[in-house]
Amino acid sequence: MTQTDPPSSENFPPGESDDGAAARAPRHEPETPQAAVALSHEGEALALALPDALAIYGVDVGAAIDEVVCRVPVDHVVEVCRQLKDEPGFAFDYLRLLTVVDYVEQDGEFEVVYHLYSLGNHHKMMLKARTPEGRPSVPSVTGVWRGADWYEREMHDLFGVDFPGHPNLVPLVLPDDFEGYPGRKSYPLNDYEEW
Amino acid sequence: MSAVDVLIAFAGLLGLFTGLAVAVLSLTWMERKTLARIQQRAGPSVVGPHGLLQPVADAMKLATKEDIIPAYADQLLFWAAPLFVVVPAFLIWVAIPFGDGLSVRVLDLGLLYLVAISGIGVVGLLMGGWASSSRYSMLGGLRAAAQLVSYEIPLVVVILSIAVLVQSLSLDAVIGGNTITVGENTRELQGQGSIPFAFVMPLGFVIFFIAGLAELGRTPFDIHHAESEVVGGPFVEYSGAHWAVFFLGEYLNTFVISALIVILFFGGWSWPSPPESVFGTGLSDATTNLLGGAWFLFKTYIVVAVIFWIRGTYPRLRIDQLMSFAWQVLVPLSFANLVLIAAVLFYDWPLWVMTLLSLPILFGAAFGVQRRRGVRGRPRTVRVLRKSAGEIGRPVFSGGKPGPGGVITTPSQAGD
Amino acid sequence: MNGFGNVSGARGLTALSGSESPPSPGSEPGTVDMMVNMGPQHPATHGVFRMELRVDGERVLDLVPHIGYLHRGSEKLCEHELYSQIITLFDRLDYVSNFNNELVLVTAVEKLMSVEPPPRAELIRIIMCEFNRIASHLLFYGTFAIDMGAMTPVLYNFRDREKVQALFESVSGARMMHNYFRVGGVKQDVDADFAARALTLCDDLERGVDDSDRLLSENAIFIERTSGIGVISGEAALDWGLSGPVLRASGVPYDVRVEEPYSRYAELDFGVPVGSAGDCWDRFYVRILEARESIGIIRQAIALMEPGETMARVRQIARPPAGEVYAHCENPRGDLGVYIVSDGGERPYRLKVRPPSFCNLQALRDLTVGHYIADAVVILGTLDIVLGEVDR
Repeated sequence: MTQTDPPSSENFPPGESDDGAAARAPRHEPETPQAAVALSHEGEALALALPDALAIYGVDVGAAIDEVVCRVPVDHVVEVCRQLKDEPGFAFDYLRLLTVVDYVEQDGEFEVVYHLYSLGNHHKMMLKARTPEGRPSVPSVTGVWRGADWYEREMHDLFGVDFPGHPNLVPLVLPDDFEGYPGRKSYPLNDYEEW
Repeated sequence: MSAVDVLIAFAGLLGLFTGLAVAVLSLTWMERKTLARIQQRAGPSVVGPHGLLQPVADAMKLATKEDIIPAYADQLLFWAAPLFVVVPAFLIWVAIPFGDGLSVRVLDLGLLYLVAISGIGVVGLLMGGWASSSRYSMLGGLRAAAQLVSYEIPLVVVILSIAVLVQSLSLDAVIGGNTITVGENTRELQGQGSIPFAFVMPLGFVIFFIAGLAELGRTPFDIHHAESEVVGGPFVEYSGAHWAVFFLGEYLNTFVISALIVILFFGGWSWPSPPESVFGTGLSDATTNLLGGAWFLFKTYIVVAVIFWIRGTYPRLRIDQLMSFAWQVLVPLSFANLVLIAAVLFYDWPLWVMTLLSLPILFGAAFGVQRRRGVRGRPRTVRVLRKSAGEIGRPVFSGGKPGPGGVITTPSQAGD
Repeated sequence: MNGFGNVSGARGLTALSGSESPPSPGSEPGTVDMMVNMGPQHPATHGVFRMELRVDGERVLDLVPHIGYLHRGSEKLCEHELYSQIITLFDRLDYVSNFNNELVLVTAVEKLMSVEPPPRAELIRIIMCEFNRIASHLLFYGTFAIDMGAMTPVLYNFRDREKVQALFESVSGARMMHNYFRVGGVKQDVDADFAARALTLCDDLERGVDDSDRLLSENAIFIERTSGIGVISGEAALDWGLSGPVLRASGVPYDVRVEEPYSRYAELDFGVPVGSAGDCWDRFYVRILEARESIGIIRQAIALMEPGETMARVRQIARPPAGEVYAHCENPRGDLGVYIVSDGGERPYRLKVRPPSFCNLQALRDLTVGHYIADAVVILGTLDIVLGEVDR
């Protein structure tokens, strides 16, 4: 089985090199090239507005290529999402994608990523929350965007992340009796030998 | 009844059965060819010249295929259901006149017989649908029951109008006319030798044709075996010979309705002119009958072709649309047709008055159906937003500064 | 007989079902709701999709969609492949609009690597994607008509779709799974007569789309079956995360090609059809008009084409820098996006597809409940799902 070398823990997280993340120590080895960040005007405005608006939740705003990245503590995901959706200055009415990234090998954590878009304001952002490996659990945002429904079910199937508050967290893409979480890095791609 | 009569009747039935089996085979070939031509395909073309032997190959395949009975099926009903469809479809032909007095059995109550027998077929569909113990079958069977019972009414009322028009229930009278005597008065009732009834009562003809299509369960009324919804409806669990028998019944019914349309509305073998007036009276009876029968069959095939053409053209109605069309449009219209023809005969008006009265009703009804159901051409709800006209697209960022709460002051166009 | 004994039809139906509640004893004989299982082998579910309907007679009371029958773990597979190998996996997501899928992936990797493909390559990509959009929409008109019982249009549409695929074959060497786009350009330049062929094909397709339009959208039965069926408001559509023609039919003018122009769409002028009723008719007709706009785009793109390179100077085996990127393009089915987390290696650390069909399918229950069984099929048809993309 061919597999890429897992990035070292210093290598992580990729992509955040300036703005809000600038104060932190460099997270990557110098020789690994980093993607350049180039925010649009809307993105810059958003990056300036976000830390103030969400200050009480202890958010951390950065950027990845052309998107604003905002990290929130996992407990406040729903409140932050609701505020991002309802506040007219943000008006993130469109949940483009919800996914989980497995950083267990590096940090022992799963990262849930929400890709948001505002049709009225034409700006976009990524919202990230981390949850520890043992009992990964992120509050469900189905109450904010109903479109999160199947994404969360799928992520529950593939990564075993629990989404408390989800109305119907039953297996979606996997059979009901499937064991294991095939999305995780620890799950082998093939468990059979070629013959 | 002597033994000879029995033998003749038996021979007639045997001939009829053979003829009908061949007719059904030809219909399957014809349907596939017609549809193929409509759809820019070649259709069957490998087995035999122009694929003519394809139906034979299909019949052999079906006869030798394994006949599967589902484990949960009600076996007796499952076995019997196809017979309830095919036997009535076949029995109807006993009364159909191929020529002057040329039918297996000349029945004075031919029209009544037709109506009575054709009502049985629905029982077979319902039985098959129930016995298969499949949801699709059951839905299909119930759909069939609802649909066939509903459309039976306009169909029967139109047949009744015909009976009123010729004052007889005999199919020969429908074609050849009738003479009745009431007290002192003798009255000549015209048959279809000169003017077919389609022109006398166009309203009745249209109703009969539409209701006939629905009785057959053919497009646009094929909801009881709609492949995309109930996957074949009552037939979904059938295979092999049982399925073939259902299939036979369906095609026989198609043929029957076409033949009835020809007999009731296009003069059967006689219109536009019976064989005698074309070839003279010098021919033998057998030849005359043969020519008449051939002419009758030819017309029937034309009607069948129209039915296939409709199949290649239309989408399918939904069940509520189908039912409301039957009960709200066809049933009232068929009664109107009956009342009209009765009035015309009662006041002894000439028959063209009937035509004159029917046509406005027909067109009025067609117009009303279009209006009432809100179908006034395609809905105009979609418009194209042009990029060059600035109707769509994100606004150019005007360098606006983020306001309180991160409000970014750009004119927003998108959103709903 | 078959050894299962003579179980009557009625008992059979009850025995097959688990969830029907029989009328309580002593009460009037009432009705019970029936469960109807559609799929995964059903002609109208467009693949291996399954929906469980709870019906009262013909009326749908509840609908539970089941997906996953085609789940191949594409995203996990992508983590183990080189970027150039992932292109072939993307071909197999939405298998009726392969070029559009490839475009999303190469756009994302190029964005990550800050690579600009040469202008000619971008135009070739646009032309291929728009042809693919038309081909996909043609397939939609046909299969949608079949869902409604009209069997003829699909054959006319396949006639025209074949012509598109013949062009694809001459350009990429394959009719469907093209593997033609590359990070930084396209595999090879098009033939010298490509522009002439493409323009002829445009004329053919214009006629083909007109054929579909005339065959279906003037038909009273067709209008009656689609108009006012499966209505979803713009707000609800956004809430569900719908995209593409389904979203635009509800009156939301969201098209990635104008919202966040990628490739060279900013230079091209085209219209975006937007509905207002949000019903099946609008979802159908938006696609008819969209195909016409695509023909216009192709003509403009051909006019812009100039000789030149078709491949930027990039490593054969792409090695993007560490970082994460989300790129998306307007697929025939909606907003297809891809989120790549790169650790600086030759393979993505994590790759997640935003599948438009998957999102559109979520709304199926809301759209269908209260309609007839026949409408469920029609509504599913207008969502135009491709299971390869729903399940991945």
